[in-house]
Amino acid sequence: MISYFTIFIGAVFVNNIILTQFLGICPFMGVSKRISTALGMGMAVMFVMTLSTLITHILYYSYLKPNGLDFMMTVSFILVIASTVQMVEIIVKKTSPILYQALGIFLPLITTNCAVLGIAIITIQKNYTLMASLWYAFSSAVGFTLATVIFAGIRERMALNQIPQSLQGTPIALITAGLISMAFMGFAGIIH
Amino acid sequence: MKQQSLENLTRGIIRENPIFVMMLGMCPTLGVTTSAINGVGMGTATLFTLILSNFMISLVKNIIPETVRIPCYIVIIASFVTIIDLLMQAYLPELHLALGIYIPLIVVNCIILGRAEAFASKNSVLQSIYDGIGMGCGFLLALTLLGSLRELLGNGTLFGWDLFGEHITPMLIFIMPPGAFLALAAIILTVNKLRRNRQ
Amino acid sequence: MIKNKKTKKVSSSLINMGLALLITCTLSALSLGWVEELTADSIKKNSYLKELAAISSVVNEFNNNPYEEKMTITTPNKRHKLDLFPIRKDGVINSFAIKTYSNNGFGGRIEMIVGFYIDGAIKSFAITQHKETPGLGSKINDDKFKQQFNGYNPQKGIFKVRQDGGDIDAVTGATISSRAVIKAIQRAVDAFNNFYQTGVKDETTES
Repeated sequence: MISYFTIFIGAVFVNNIILTQFLGICPFMGVSKRISTALGMGMAVMFVMTLSTLITHILYYSYLKPNGLDFMMTVSFILVIASTVQMVEIIVKKTSPILYQALGIFLPLITTNCAVLGIAIITIQKNYTLMASLWYAFSSAVGFTLATVIFAGIRERMALNQIPQSLQGTPIALITAGLISMAFMGFAGIIH
Repeated sequence: MKQQSLENLTRGIIRENPIFVMMLGMCPTLGVTTSAINGVGMGTATLFTLILSNFMISLVKNIIPETVRIPCYIVIIASFVTIIDLLMQAYLPELHLALGIYIPLIVVNCIILGRAEAFASKNSVLQSIYDGIGMGCGFLLALTLLGSLRELLGNGTLFGWDLFGEHITPMLIFIMPPGAFLALAAIILTVNKLRRNRQ
Repeated sequence: MIKNKKTKKVSSSLINMGLALLITCTLSALSLGWVEELTADSIKKNSYLKELAAISSVVNEFNNNPYEEKMTITTPNKRHKLDLFPIRKDGVINSFAIKTYSNNGFGGRIEMIVGFYIDGAIKSFAITQHKETPGLGSKINDDKFKQQFNGYNPQKGIFKVRQDGGDIDAVTGATISSRAVIKAIQRAVDAFNNFYQTGVKDETTES
């Protein structure tokens, strides 16, 4: 049995979903110019990722696998994720306008986010139990939030600097991400 | 019309290259380009998916009601991706293993849904196919370029051909995650500079 | 222009929406099911073709089908179940292959196929799966490291890396990866000895 602590450290630091597995780059690049938005996105991702993993996990093990429908995994998962996000958005909009203000805009972005679909598929590939899958999804989302917040923090500071014109925008962002990724490489080997 | 066709065909290759100019579809770009051949493989798979999905979506654009178009598009795209996934598993197992989880992730590649929304849902079938070819080729070009750069710097080889021999130790960082970010940054930096010089 | 295009489209009534979704999903499922059936055989073949290639590279010449006589053996503490493939030429066993693994690689799990001679010496091994650092730990699959195992009998020497007082030269800078390789092979040896002495195979797993 894999310890939950190991899963957490692994997902957040060693195999960080953005910096090592490259899942969720689009929102990472796009939403991380300010720490507050980064945090908001992170929260939304935590919620959607865990919920989606829950539903897709149950869908897979109770229906797809027993009926030999493995190949329908991609189609059904993405449908589940898209519908879940849509429903969540509608519910949040109706029940808590404040929450919607904070998270709402991010939700459609999360649908076509490689991160959510990717993690859902990975938990199936790794044969995790339901609890382990949920924990892994949550930890990955924490890793996502961590990376995005660090990134936003740096970018907030960089906004005050003079950057050569060709480097402005994406290139400097990518270089920053590369350096953060290098730093995180220092965590490799922690898990044994 | 012919002018328009040519325009649609070539737009995606350089001028509006999905990766270098529009900055879409980053996840697979950074993830699979550890070698030139992987970049080519992924680029080609995405190219086929893009052409097929643009074709299909343009075909049914008038039959699908406005409000459910996104779920329908997603199902169509996901189906084509799964078909390509199965075909690769059966006939190109090495490539399938190398690309791994990024194959199902073609579904959520912003480029495909993006072109479906922006182009295929509003244009004729033939033009949509051209657009798919153009954008797909642009993506393929970008991935091949990035993959080649990373393989060359990080492994000393190109498409498996050893270029530098035993004596030069390659910069391994380029095959690893940080290298992906840095290599792509370098290319976009160069592209930006070239574009500025042209203006 | 835009107005014209919109009137061409189907209205978004509930029935139309439901129908569109239903038809799309049904067509999707049907076409996927069809392709799946077409490719199923090839996919199954591919999954064991790769393994067969690895087996062939580490054992003597053979003309049997190793999969027909595949057995599952366990280590004495019953915790690890490994696949054993008897290799025969013209009916006579001349070597055997064991599929083994270790979770103690630097990057995690390392899977490999080890070919043994009848007397228990290693013929060769092939690493089928690993997540070791490229350029460092990945060198465990290089001839330079592998050659010292050819003909080595783990039971007749000190089967450890030199740093631990043994006979094996670890990959420079990748002691952990090298230790994992030794651990995996040792596991195979233990399982085989357990099987040889007790004659007990593991019958619980389906082949």
